[in-house]
Amino acid sequence: MTMWSWVLAACALAYALKLVGYLVPGRWLDDPRVGRMAGTVTVGLLAALVVMNAFGSGQALAVDARLGALLVAAVALWLRAPFLLVVVLGAVAAGLLRLLGVP
Amino acid sequence: MSHAVPRPLRSSPGVRIGVSVALATGLYGISFGALSVAAGLTFWQTVALSALMFTGGSQFAFVGVVSGGGAGASALGAATLVGLRNAVYGMNMNALVRPRGWRRLLAAHVTIDESNATASSQTDPLEERRGFWAAGLGVWVLWNSFTVLGALLGNALGDPGRWGLDGAAVAAFLGLLWPRLSGREPVAVAAVCALVTALAIPVLPAGVPIVVAAVVAALMGRSRRDGGRDRVASGGGTEAAA
Repeated sequence: MTMWSWVLAACALAYALKLVGYLVPGRWLDDPRVGRMAGTVTVGLLAALVVMNAFGSGQALAVDARLGALLVAAVALWLRAPFLLVVVLGAVAAGLLRLLGVP
Repeated sequence: MSHAVPRPLRSSPGVRIGVSVALATGLYGISFGALSVAAGLTFWQTVALSALMFTGGSQFAFVGVVSGGGAGASALGAATLVGLRNAVYGMNMNALVRPRGWRRLLAAHVTIDESNATASSQTDPLEERRGFWAAGLGVWVLWNSFTVLGALLGNALGDPGRWGLDGAAVAAFLGLLWPRLSGREPVAVAAVCALVTALAIPVLPAGVPIVVAAVVAALMGRSRRDGGRDRVASGGGTEAAA
């Protein structure tokens, strides 16, 4: 399949998930385990995406300028910086480290 | 409805909160647009994700997997798993907003973190509905406008590494995760899944470690014993009903 098909299929699935909440009888999703799993899956996936984007390099782990971005972002979030500023600081940190010769 | 005179739209608290939420959220569509083209998706694929998928966490997950070299199937899997919570929101909003006919199809499309949170913050049924639509439609318009801007900007910047755009992606995912780390359980889930991902990256094809982490997270959510502090606001049922 081409990337376009994956994009459109993922969009269709995202819409189907939203719509299913409106169509199924309330008690189906009322099971507290469903809500809890939806919550833990979101947290787990975001944590996995942090690790993959910070240390993943194809099928290997690598420590490079992105670690600086991770640390700067963590400090900014700890200081309650708004999301957009955190993202910009992450880019600046990685960019500056590369200028200094960090891979 | 229990209120004799509804507030005019101008002074509606639901609309006011919805619009502020839309402004704050819409702005960071710019980071999605830029990261998506940096990950290798085209301008129009980026625009399609914001207009049609329209659920920020899933969109970031999709481009996050693609930028790590993962296959389209892994990107679809990660985006879909992140979107699971929207089904729970849909059920909440169906009870609060009660859209009918074609409005139900539109309501489903704008059922996201922000519209669910805005509607849930109100107590008057009319304000719940106004807040839902103001946040949902407002975020859609601004999120898509800023996605276009970010994608154009990202294309103009060229090589993502040179401008630290890969660092921006790391910061964005940490920024999305951070507000959810309140309490011991989410911290434990995040730590276990981070470790699982790091261990899986060298041995599994790109993109698959993300899906493995999601399965581990689901099992952790499922196996948690009841009693104690239940942090899920929407869980109204009982175990006996399952």
